[in-house]
This record gives sequence, structure tokens and C-alpha cells, in this order.
Amino acid sequence: MKLGLAIEELHRSENHLARVLLAVSDRHKADHEVFYVARDIAGWSQRHVTELARIGADFGVDLDPEPEGEPGILERIQQATSDLLGRRPEPGLLLLADLRHVHREAAGVSLDWELLAQAAQGARKRELLALAERCHPDTLRQMRWANAKLKESATQALVS
Amino acid sequence: MGRIDRIGEPWGTRTPYGPGETWPTRVDSFLADGLTEDDVDRWVQSATILHSNGDGLDIAVKDDRIVGVRGRAVDRVNHGRLGPKDLYGWQANNSPHRLTRPLIRRDGELVETDWDTAMDAVAGRCRELLDERGPSSIAFYTTGQLFLEEYYTLGLIAHGGIGTNHVDGNTRLCTATAAAALKETFASDGQPGSYTDIDSADVICLYGHNMAETQTVLWSRVLDRLAGPNPPQVICVDPRETPVARAATVHLAPRPGTNVMLMNALLHEIIGNGWVDSEYVEAHTVGFEELAKRVQDYPPEVAAEVCDVPAEDIRRAARIIGHAQRLLSTVLQGFYQSHQATAAAVQVNNVNVVRGMLGRPGCGILQMNGQPTAQNTREAGADGDLPAFRNWSNDSHIQDLAKVWNVDPMDIPHYSPPTHIMQQLRYIEEGSIRFFYVTATNPAVSLPELARIRSLLSQDRLFLVVQDIFLSETAQLADVVLPAATWGEKTGTFTNVDRTVHLSEKAVDPPGEARPDLDILIDFARRLDLRDKDGAPLVKWSDPEGAFEGWKQCSKGRPCDYSGLSYDKLRGGSGIQWPVTEEHPDGTEHIYVDGQFWAQPDYCESYGRDLVTGAPLDETEYRALNPTGRAVLKAAEYLPPHELVGEDFPFQLITGRTLYHFHTRTKTARAPQLQAAAPEVWVEMSASDAADHGWAEGDLLEVRTPRGRVEAKVRVSGIRPGVLFLPFHYGYWDQPAGHEPDGHDRAANELTLTDWDACSKQPIFKTAAAAVTRLAAGDGPSLAPTTTGSRPVSADVPPTRGGDDALALEQGGAR
Repeated sequence: MKLGLAIEELHRSENHLARVLLAVSDRHKADHEVFYVARDIAGWSQRHVTELARIGADFGVDLDPEPEGEPGILERIQQATSDLLGRRPEPGLLLLADLRHVHREAAGVSLDWELLAQAAQGARKRELLALAERCHPDTLRQMRWANAKLKESATQALVS
Repeated sequence: MGRIDRIGEPWGTRTPYGPGETWPTRVDSFLADGLTEDDVDRWVQSATILHSNGDGLDIAVKDDRIVGVRGRAVDRVNHGRLGPKDLYGWQANNSPHRLTRPLIRRDGELVETDWDTAMDAVAGRCRELLDERGPSSIAFYTTGQLFLEEYYTLGLIAHGGIGTNHVDGNTRLCTATAAAALKETFASDGQPGSYTDIDSADVICLYGHNMAETQTVLWSRVLDRLAGPNPPQVICVDPRETPVARAATVHLAPRPGTNVMLMNALLHEIIGNGWVDSEYVEAHTVGFEELAKRVQDYPPEVAAEVCDVPAEDIRRAARIIGHAQRLLSTVLQGFYQSHQATAAAVQVNNVNVVRGMLGRPGCGILQMNGQPTAQNTREAGADGDLPAFRNWSNDSHIQDLAKVWNVDPMDIPHYSPPTHIMQQLRYIEEGSIRFFYVTATNPAVSLPELARIRSLLSQDRLFLVVQDIFLSETAQLADVVLPAATWGEKTGTFTNVDRTVHLSEKAVDPPGEARPDLDILIDFARRLDLRDKDGAPLVKWSDPEGAFEGWKQCSKGRPCDYSGLSYDKLRGGSGIQWPVTEEHPDGTEHIYVDGQFWAQPDYCESYGRDLVTGAPLDETEYRALNPTGRAVLKAAEYLPPHELVGEDFPFQLITGRTLYHFHTRTKTARAPQLQAAAPEVWVEMSASDAADHGWAEGDLLEVRTPRGRVEAKVRVSGIRPGVLFLPFHYGYWDQPAGHEPDGHDRAANELTLTDWDACSKQPIFKTAAAAVTRLAAGDGPSLAPTTTGSRPVSADVPPTRGGDDALALEQGGAR
């Protein structure tokens, strides 16, 4: 059985998604809603990382329950830069690119949860299936957020 | 009854009554200069304008000047009563500070000019930008204080004529979450309650709602029930010891920013104990399973820890709610301006829905408004909604609106929801919005993080138009200032929280060259030469009644249906509750009777949003969730506030209002009795915090956040420990520097942070971390009112009194 592999992969991709969301947040400090919501929902991925590490032990994989990297000095510089660039139009386009990136990453994580749920069902691993059913909706909400924010931001960024 | 100081006794004399009885009449009046009713030349019908209650009144006119007011005994809302702001506030109309001529900026200074020059400058710059940069460079920011006719015309000009999506009102600061919460639960705005519910409710819950100060007449109604036989039990959620808290059976004072945690725990108890109307839930709702599952994780012990409220108090409150026979719930800024605003307000809806307490006497929800005409900003499409609760993401609604306006559907922007003010400001910041037209509001004092706001509004590349009755802080930054008429000087209608529509007639002429807002807007449209698709003028009316007739056509068949109303019908009697149709010619006291909602996918105003991310649901998702249009039970997880206290900023700062002032005091500070009752800013602190620092009532403190500082004398009050309260009314227009601080900063919004609820887009004014130091020992107590939420703990502070100048008349019985 390769369930451990699937858990390990998801642990990696959730960690990555959390980092992407935090980086987007830092880059768009002047866009306050993006700054705060991206941080709030990065927390979902971080929680998933912890839960995956816990259940990973049952499947013979040793994963770090601590999510990677809280923002350090580099991120603070990025936030300050974002504030300084607040009066310029370019961050609007950068935001579209960043949201597109979040959507793609979250879509990848979503597929990973699908894979894990399918495998858990096949292997009759109830606890693992329950975990997937609990966490996967969060990923879908992360995707929907990126999609909705992109739609909302596109017109002003591209037309004005 | 007789003459009484209504500054010292804001709620007047009690007229007790019992459940199911009619609230007794008490007619309040105040006339200037010792005049009596015999001296008055004429009485002109209107309603109150300095809060959201919508009390019917008559304006007294002598020698073509307003000289006083008297409550209308026949009105269903107030049965004759008026609040202090109504009794004294009208004096601002006669202030010598009124704007009487248009102003234009020349060589950096605002100078007087004529209407033609001013309007050509406004329309000219707008046209130039439309040609150069398109409609997305144009934005409108209006208010909750104009009339329905003006909002509807503004929405038509902006959405249907100019074609910009950037339209919002300052209702975003006061009532956006009310609308958002109703849209989440019922898929449409529209108040599922009536003020008459107070007459028969046996439990009244006020969530973050200091009704005693924000709607004084409504609170008098509650006080009269409390003084009568079989009084209701009252539950109060508020971190301050407000008059409501003092009257409450249970007072829960949670840490600011933890409302969702508290509400989830209340629902945990209500559902866990089976205090649920299962038949109602089964027949009329979707989402109960998810709600039940969500709140499972929130037992009172967990909430007690996070909110710092005793678990037993949470249980007790839940038990009272769970056993209520007739439950009225009301919500205001304590929830709306806090972290996770919509999620918390939605949980209040959920309480009434799972208990089946809707659509009958005593059973209702009042998601309150802050301003007198905020309901109309929402209805008429001037605040980030489309007119008559049309759904911006439903193409057939856009087509229908285009038909009413006789424009191409493509000309009405609907690619995303109309742009809320905080996002407009972001576009102003990055330079894509270059024309900003502000009507009757004062963002340079009322928006969060004022240093940022002043800097944005002062940009050279921004053309700022301000239409107002005084030279507010914002007007001082404008390129063109347009002098407007106000209440009593123009005719129009407005609607209060419980859907009661009032006509407000013109009593006197506006001062100087000031003009009604409607006339100015129509002039603007004419100068822009806005036309419909057949080449006829876009705005088809030239007076308020014409606009009202246009609105009736626009609202026909929608939830807020005005088609059965007319000016004639509103004259003489009481206000009337919408919907008013052929079938319901006298209006509708309760909506959502028998679990019938406006939530059908084809009809509803909104498909809802994610309560955490704010992402809108699309039509397919909504159809799958709620195919037959039931009430939607939704809930969110608790998330910690975004700005947490720490070593450097150990206090939680909340801002709010006082009974005696309205908004940024532009009117109330010009009414001597009101200004004297609350003459200067103060900061509230608990007795234990003051004792810890060795500080005393009246000491001068400096409150700091990362964004600014404010100086204020301390009022040691019953606020919960760890929390500071600042009233937000005090700006700079009556100080030497005019529109900005001159070293003695006093606007609470110097301190607030730029953050908003992702769902309702309402800015958060009640969850900032602050530090406080003492600048000087006091030379006397703070001048904060003693009659209200700012009541001192010390008995040594002289009580707030109005004296002879504030003696108003109370008359009992039928009139």
C-alpha cells in the first residue's frame, strides 16, 4: 500500500500552499483584505499539515507536525515594500498573477485530497477518510477565494 | 407629565404597559425661545433624522424659520415620543455656519463661486476622465442621511448613466453587516421584525446593541414594558456597562473580537439541549446538520476561556433564550464593527430560525441600522447593491433593471459586486480612481486610520467633490464644495429599520443658494448629457415625487415593494411598512410569515458568500444548496482577531457613540443642549485598570496604537477590564487646524486599523490593540455624560443636566 506516500505528498503540498498564501499576503500588505484573508486561510493549510503528520504515524511516515516557516525578516521587508508601492498601479497586475498562482496550487492540493480520499475508501481506512472529508472542503474554499478575488480585481486592474 | 429636562432624562417619563397591550401615547415637544404651540404658524410633517429609529414628528415653523418639533401621536413607531437628539438637534439647521454658496479651489484655497462655475467644473472633470480613462475612474460615496429619491437618482446616474461599478455609502460603516447577515440567512435584505414585537416579546436579546443610546425612543418602549406587568427578560451582550446592561437579566461582557465564539457557544447549548423547533427547521430551512456539527466544538467552557465570560452565565442566557415563547433579537455595532462581523450576526439569525421565532407578533429579528435613511441607501442601489434588492449575479435581474431604466444591460456594470468604500480607497491610492464624489458624509473623520485617509484624499491627481451642509473636515480637502439643503428644507421619503416609510415635507427654504441634493444630482446628469438608449434624458424626473413614482415602478414585484404607496397616502397619518402592494395596501407588519421567504434562486437578492473568505457563491452552488428558497443556516469557525494585544499594546480599544451626538457632530455640536451634554472627547477605562496604574477620574491620558495617538481625559466607568472605549464623534472642524490634528489629536479613528469583514466589507472599529500613558493628573472629572454607558463609578462626578434650556414638554393621553 502506498497510502503513506500519498499522505507525505499532501503534507508537502499543504505546507507549500500555506507558504504561498503567506507570501501573497506579504506582497500585498496595501491590499488589506488580501493581506488578512490570505493569512487566515493559510491557517487552514497549516492545520491540515499538523493533522496529516499525526495520522501519518499510523501509516509509517514520520512527518513534522509544525508547519514550515513563520514570516521572518525577508517577509517584513516585503510588507514594507508593498506599502511603499501602494501609490503605484503595478501591484494590481501582480495581484492577478499571484491569485492565479494560489488557485493553481490549491487545485493541486485539492486533487491530492481526492486521491487520498479515494485510496482511504478503497483501503477502508475510516479515520483517514474522515480526515479527507473534513479538510478537503477548506481547500475548495481556498480555491474559490482565489477565483472570486481574481474576478473581482481583474476589471479595475486591466481596464483602468 | 409636564416640562422635563430631556438631557438629564433622555428616555423621559415612564408609561408602563403589559404584554400584548398597546404602547401608551406620550407626545414630546420642544419649542425655542419660550414659544408655545399658539405661536407656531404651521406644523409640517416629517420624521426624525439623527438616528435610525424613524420617529414621526411635525416641524414647527414661525416666520419661515424652524422653531421646534413635536412627536406625532398617530405614528406607529413612536406614539408621539421623541429623543434628545430630535428635540434639540433641529437647531443646527439655523446655524450661521451653513454653507450658502458653492466653493471652488483656486490657487490652493477654497473660494466662493456661482453654481454654473461649480457644476461645470464637476461635470467637466467627470467627462474628461470618462473620455480619457473610462467609467472605472469615477466613484461615488454617499450616506445614510439623504432621501430615497436622491439615492435612487444617484444609483441611476452612476450605474445606468456613467456605467461605473464604484458606488457605496457610509452605510458600509453602520449597516453593511445587517444587510449581509440577512442576505446570508434569507438570501435577501429585508427586516424580519417589527418594532411592535417589543409589545409582546417575553425575551429580548440585544447583541452589541446599546439601544438606550442609539435608538432612545425604542428603548423607552422596552423600559415601559420593563415597568409594566409581566415584563420581558432582557439579555445584553456588550463589553461596556451600558444602560441596557444595567436593565438586563443576564449581561454577557465578552472580550472584544470574540463574538463568534460566544454565539457558537449559545447555539451549542440551544441545539444540545434540544430547544429547537424541529418541525419548523425540517419544513423551512437548509443546513441544520452543518450548523449542529459546527457548534459542537464550542461548549460554554471553551467560550468562557476565550471570551472571559463565566460559563454559567452563557448557560443561563441560553436557557432563557431556549425557553422563550416570543423571542425578539436585535443586533448593532458591537457585532457589526467587530471581528467576524457577518458570522456573528448570522448566528443571531440562526437562534431565531432554529427556535422558529419569526413572522408573528413578538418573534422577530432587528438587524439594526445606524442612520436614519440607511435602509434606503441599501434599497435604492446607492451602496454596493442594485436597486430593489436585485441580484447583481443574476442576468435576468440586470435585464429587468435595464428595461426599467431603458438602457442596454451591458451598460450596467455587473461583472462583480459594486465596489465597497474600502476598496474604492485602495483604487484612489493606486491612482485608478481619479474622481470621487462624496455626498453628505465625512470620511476624513469617520473612516479608519485617518492619517491614511487624509493623505489619500489630498492627492493632486484626485478630483474631490463634496456635497454637504457644513464645511466638514472632508469638505476642507475638496476641489469643489456644493452647498446642500437638508431635512426640513426639501421633500422626500425615508424608511427605518422596521420597514416604515415616512414622508418628510419641506418646511422652509434652504439658506442662501443651497439646493436640495436631488436638484444638484439632476443638474449633474443634465450637464453630463446622460441619455437612455432612445436618446431621451436618462433621469426622467425633475422633482421628488417624480423620482418616487420612478422608484415605485422599479421596486414593483421586488421584496421592498413600494408600488402601493404614494405621497398622498403618506400624508397626514402614520408611517407605513413596506411591502405595500395592491393586496396589502396598508403595508405589512411581519414578513416571513409561515416560513415563506424571498430566497428562491430566481428571485433572491444574493446567493450568499463564504463567511470567512467572503467569496460569493455562484448560481449553480446556490441552486444545489437551496433549490426551494428556504432559510439557510450557516456558521463559521471562530478565528482570533487580526490585531492582538501584547506587551507594547496591552489594551483592546473599541470605538463607539454617545446618546447626545450623531456621526461627526456636524449637526449635534451645533445644538447647544447636545454639545453641552458631551462637549469633548473622553476615554473609558475600568476601575481595576485605573487602580493598577494609580490613575483617577479626569486624568489626561494618551492612547496610542501603531497608527496614531489621541489625548483624552479618562472616565472611570463600568467597562470590562483590559478594554478602552473612545467615542468616534470628535474631529477637528471646531478646532484651530480645521481638518487635521494640531498636536492635540482627538479623533478616535486616528487609532483604528484598516481591516474589514471579508463578507460584509464593514470596517472593524472595535478590535485594535492600544497602549495608554498618563500625560497629566486631572483638574476635575472628565466631561463625559453620566446618564449613559459612560456613567462614572465614582459618585463625585456632577450629573449631566440640561437645565432650563433643555426643558421639553411631555403630554400624556390621546391627542
